[in-house]
Amino acid sequence: MSGIPHDHYEPKTNGEKWLHSRLPIVGLLYDTIMIPTPKNLNWMWIWGIVLTFCLALQIVTGIVLAMHYTPHVDQAFASIEHIMRNVNGGHFLRYLHMNGASLFFAAVYLHIFRGLYYGSYKAPREITWIIGMLIYLAMMGTAFMGYVLPWGQMSFWGATVITGLFGAIPFIGEPIQTWLLGGPAVGNPTLNRFFSLHYLLPFVIAALVALHIWAFHTTGNNNPTGVDVRRTSKAEVERDTVSFWPYFVIKDLFALAVILVVFFAIVGFMPNYLGHPDNYVEANPLATPVHIVPEWYFLPFYAILRAFTSDVWVVMAASWITGGIVDAKFFGVLAMFGSIAVMALAPWLDTSSVRSGRYRPMFKWWFWLLALDFMVLMWAGAMPAEPPYSTISLIGSAYWFAYFLVILPLLGVIEKPKAEPVTIEDDFDTHYGKAEMPAE
Amino acid sequence: MFRKTGIAAFVALSLSAGGAWAAGAEGHITDVAFSFEGPFGKFDQNQLQRGLKIYTQVCSACHGMQYVPIRTLGDEGGPRLPEDQVRAYAAQLEIYDPEIEDFRPGIPTDRFPKVTSAGAPDLSLMAKKRAGFHGPVGTGLNQLFRGMGGPEYIYSLMTGYHEVPECAPEDFVGNYNAAFTAGGFPDACKDENGHHTVPGSWIAMGQPLWGDDVEFDDGTTATLEQEAEDVAAFLMWAAEPKMMARKHAGLTGVIFLTALSVLLYLTNKRIWAPIKHRKD
Repeated sequence: MSGIPHDHYEPKTNGEKWLHSRLPIVGLLYDTIMIPTPKNLNWMWIWGIVLTFCLALQIVTGIVLAMHYTPHVDQAFASIEHIMRNVNGGHFLRYLHMNGASLFFAAVYLHIFRGLYYGSYKAPREITWIIGMLIYLAMMGTAFMGYVLPWGQMSFWGATVITGLFGAIPFIGEPIQTWLLGGPAVGNPTLNRFFSLHYLLPFVIAALVALHIWAFHTTGNNNPTGVDVRRTSKAEVERDTVSFWPYFVIKDLFALAVILVVFFAIVGFMPNYLGHPDNYVEANPLATPVHIVPEWYFLPFYAILRAFTSDVWVVMAASWITGGIVDAKFFGVLAMFGSIAVMALAPWLDTSSVRSGRYRPMFKWWFWLLALDFMVLMWAGAMPAEPPYSTISLIGSAYWFAYFLVILPLLGVIEKPKAEPVTIEDDFDTHYGKAEMPAE
Repeated sequence: MFRKTGIAAFVALSLSAGGAWAAGAEGHITDVAFSFEGPFGKFDQNQLQRGLKIYTQVCSACHGMQYVPIRTLGDEGGPRLPEDQVRAYAAQLEIYDPEIEDFRPGIPTDRFPKVTSAGAPDLSLMAKKRAGFHGPVGTGLNQLFRGMGGPEYIYSLMTGYHEVPECAPEDFVGNYNAAFTAGGFPDACKDENGHHTVPGSWIAMGQPLWGDDVEFDDGTTATLEQEAEDVAAFLMWAAEPKMMARKHAGLTGVIFLTALSVLLYLTNKRIWAPIKHRKD
């Protein structure tokens, strides 16, 4: 690995040398796990391990569930009940998988907002950020298709609504929707391809995760100060960093264990809390549920999708300029994907020379407002599409775009940042004291 | 503040829509303290057996339970019928066998019959596909503290057949039920804003339980409330037969992971100590 200078793996025995000269895999693993890591990382830097665990959990439980699941419209729902009632431990595996998705998204949102606050997306970590966004998109696709598999009412109607989004694309929308569904409406071909892709995408995510790790191991981790690790000599590096193993592995595993206590309590005691009761009703193309709501982790973007109705002036303007090609529905779809696109462009939209929000007095406020905005949008997405919720969604969506497109570029110009510590070591020592003070 | 604006906006909307949308029907749900609630709650075996009796003698006339294997009546954490009783129970059921293209007496490995004759919904998952508790205003806090409320909904439905409200026309189709929200509702019972003046709506199913519908083997008095509670508990078991095993596994996980957390906490503290308090 390039980047920060540190000790590399040295094969000692003849066997090790033999392998190393042919396939330096032990060296690769050693360099990965012994990477110098800023020693001032706080508790918001634990989500990477939690997310890696989630991916492994979902893949392992998913593979076993797939052994008992039948992807056919007549048998899918019954096969889930078969797993719940007849497969040894099947009920627990399924609840782990079901709630595992929620843990996955909770962790990814905290991970993303950590990055937004501490400026982890800024140079030189733009590629890490972009790959992260791709992982997030792949996660959304995987989760959406996974939710269709039990073939309950919400599965069916969620699939109908979401694939309908593609139908909103002018001219080519309908053929695309038909191509995605494998027919004119959600049916057996849809279920089959969703099952196939739901099995495939996690491995794509795993590959992207490898690239994500490779990228930030090249640049080095960001840290709460945003200050770079001094890397002119190994001695200097050692003053700013400690090796990932054992210091951060143990710390992160501790955090993971605490999070899993909560996770197991949810799975064991209230596994359906985050789900929707309607999904225990088998899919019925003839009966539309009163209220079609996606899973909680899609709600903020669902709110943005629904916020732009035909009576909003930007929508009217867009419709007028394009001669009606961009209607409210298509505008909503563009807004939803756009909301993720602007987030992906954050490295280039943020003009501030200071990375960490810690030293940006104005940015802090706008950032926390964005976090609040995300929660409000999540709530508004769960409410019916009518006043006052539609107005709240619209204001929330407007702020989301304003944050990335207006506030981030402007702040870099008008804000006067506070002084950053010169080195990571300084920051660490102000926390823990350099002398023999028995802190804590 | 949101709520006030919300109500104002809602009234405005309802007015403009001529009451067509109306406030969604509100059902009256009673919170029952079931024995299986909470992390340590357990199904009451006697209650499940009483519920099974009600299901068999009353509900099964119109409703099926197509996903529930009969053998599970003998499972631990369920009604726990002795093996011979499970066999006998199965034998009195008429099961359609596609291989012989005819009906035959059931065996424990069969599932409860699927009954579609009366157009009545299947009861296998009824306690999970209905939620008694919602909100407040989409926050999910009620469900967090009181549970999803599936069995409470069933209890409230069974005990929700009240006298027809005076506002309703005499020939209005169905039976008035204070807990049921998905049925017909007479315009005469809405106020000028389209809000419902009485809870619930009109359900097709006639009142199934009245009290004294069955004679319980354990001597429990078969009041309407008792029967409603027992059948609700039984249907919760039918929907979630592994609940006991699930809570047990969950608790084991919580205990082991808590212990692991403590060990990792101590390990973490120790390995970081020289880094945090180095003397140089």
